[in-house]
Amino acid sequence: MQNNVKITNIVGEFRQDFAIIANWVKFGSKVLDLGCGDGELLQFLRKSLEVKGYGVEKDDANWLACMKNGSNVIQMDLEDGLSGFEDQSFDTVILSQTLQAMHNTEEIVQEMLRVGREIIVTFPNFGYWRNRIQITGGRMPVSKTLPYQWYDTPNVHLCTINDFDQFCKNHKITILERKVITDGSEVGFMPNLFGNLAMYRLKTS
Amino acid sequence: MQENNSVGIVAPQTAHFNKPLTLKSGVVLPQFDLVYETYGALNADKSNAVLICHALSGTHHVAGKYNENDKYPGWWDNLVGPNKPLDTNKFFVIGVNNLGGCHGSTGATSINPATNKPWGSQFPVLTVEDWVASQTLLADYLGIQQLAAVVGGSLGGMQALQWTIAYPDRVRHALVIASAPNLTAQNMAFNEVARQAIITDPEFHGGDYYAHGVVPRRGLRIARMLGHITYLSDDAMGAKFGRKLKDGVKYSFDAEFEMESYLRYQGDKFAGEFDANTYLRMTRALDYYDPALPFNNDLTMALSNVKAQFLVVSFTSDWRFSPARSREIVKALLDNECTVSYAEVTAAHGHDAFLMPDAHYHNILRAYLSNIEIGSDNAK
Repeated sequence: MQNNVKITNIVGEFRQDFAIIANWVKFGSKVLDLGCGDGELLQFLRKSLEVKGYGVEKDDANWLACMKNGSNVIQMDLEDGLSGFEDQSFDTVILSQTLQAMHNTEEIVQEMLRVGREIIVTFPNFGYWRNRIQITGGRMPVSKTLPYQWYDTPNVHLCTINDFDQFCKNHKITILERKVITDGSEVGFMPNLFGNLAMYRLKTS
Repeated sequence: MQENNSVGIVAPQTAHFNKPLTLKSGVVLPQFDLVYETYGALNADKSNAVLICHALSGTHHVAGKYNENDKYPGWWDNLVGPNKPLDTNKFFVIGVNNLGGCHGSTGATSINPATNKPWGSQFPVLTVEDWVASQTLLADYLGIQQLAAVVGGSLGGMQALQWTIAYPDRVRHALVIASAPNLTAQNMAFNEVARQAIITDPEFHGGDYYAHGVVPRRGLRIARMLGHITYLSDDAMGAKFGRKLKDGVKYSFDAEFEMESYLRYQGDKFAGEFDANTYLRMTRALDYYDPALPFNNDLTMALSNVKAQFLVVSFTSDWRFSPARSREIVKALLDNECTVSYAEVTAAHGHDAFLMPDAHYHNILRAYLSNIEIGSDNAK
């Protein structure tokens, strides 16, 4: 894709998953980043692809960080849906590593598909072998991508890649592309076992 | 003692306009004065001007004091000053008393040149559109083609919004705080009760009380007491007064509860310094403002020519200008792909929160305002 050239120059300072997301976002397009945190992804997409970006963020401190780095940010709770956004009004709606912390999981994915022509969803793969080993050892997994203890985790809906594939099938969602990465590298072989972070590009069937 | 982040001692100025102004009502105001204050310095390319629009009872006296012994500074002094969120080291800030006000701009207390008597009941009913039109004339007078920003809370937020609708090329940023795209029936109902309190005061004399040497104090006082109830949240009143008694139960109708003495104090203070005709007109301007009305109530259409970038802020406990109303503005801006950010500040103070120096709220304004780029940066 034409995006590649530009991105490699900038990606160094950002996360690997940002580079994949950037390859799925069109130059100059309109992007909504849900649970945008401090706006790092939006800033990256703005600099690399000149997107017209908006973030959605509930947390006060994150909202402020987002504003400070120059991103447009709308303060609202994703659990309430996306009622302020018109149908099909964004080229891409992104939910980056937030799905697992949502209570209304089905609703937010449906809302994303309503508002976005395409959506990008990324989440930590609970089926990753290191998680399985910890479970086999009798403990809840704690790792770089799942850094919380069972009692203080915001994650309420963890799933595996196979689970999410099935979710898409059941909800008639078309998987346009799926990438699985571990430590910044793409995983092709047995992704549900060897993949740490799952990334999906989706649209309504 | 002079605070080092205060704009210091300030003085109001008056701009006189000889050109007749045709109001939305069709009435022509032959000439008028606007009284205003400025803080900071206008830069060489005049790109750093920020206009502050006041709400119902506000004035041009936004920041600073008139002399060393002045008890209170301007009404938004916590926001405006050197190194404050609206930094006068960067911006040239303008405060203006709206047309029809009672603090120096032409209003009902001014002399009508046609009769040589106070305008009184004959002073026209004004609209937000009229105010903004008159504010553009003040900008012209000051040689400012385009404002860096217009900032306003409540009724002031409506003026900021109106600037972007009516004069899209004359304003780069709008900060619309604790405001709404129009008033709900309930909100207008409070205004109607306030006006009825004034109009039915025997000393109102149809609005021409100046000639009788009286003012409708009782009406104005009740209007203000009612207003104060709606500017606070139930929780804020509970926290501030609760059911506290001043001096025990006396089985009387005196101000026994602390809440009562607060409302009476606020009402008395206001009735002693504000003009009833101005109060009527300010509330009416609130009622009438409805930019979506000519567009079949479609706010998205109403904002289709807007070019300014927006910061919209609401407060969780504000029930008179609720967050839901601010979200309507945000939605219409998003529909038009405008540049907009929206903050919903968790605050206990109700509508009054927009005047409070809450740290997070001020950080929001500071962050937004410091991102605003201005041209040749040679302010003092």
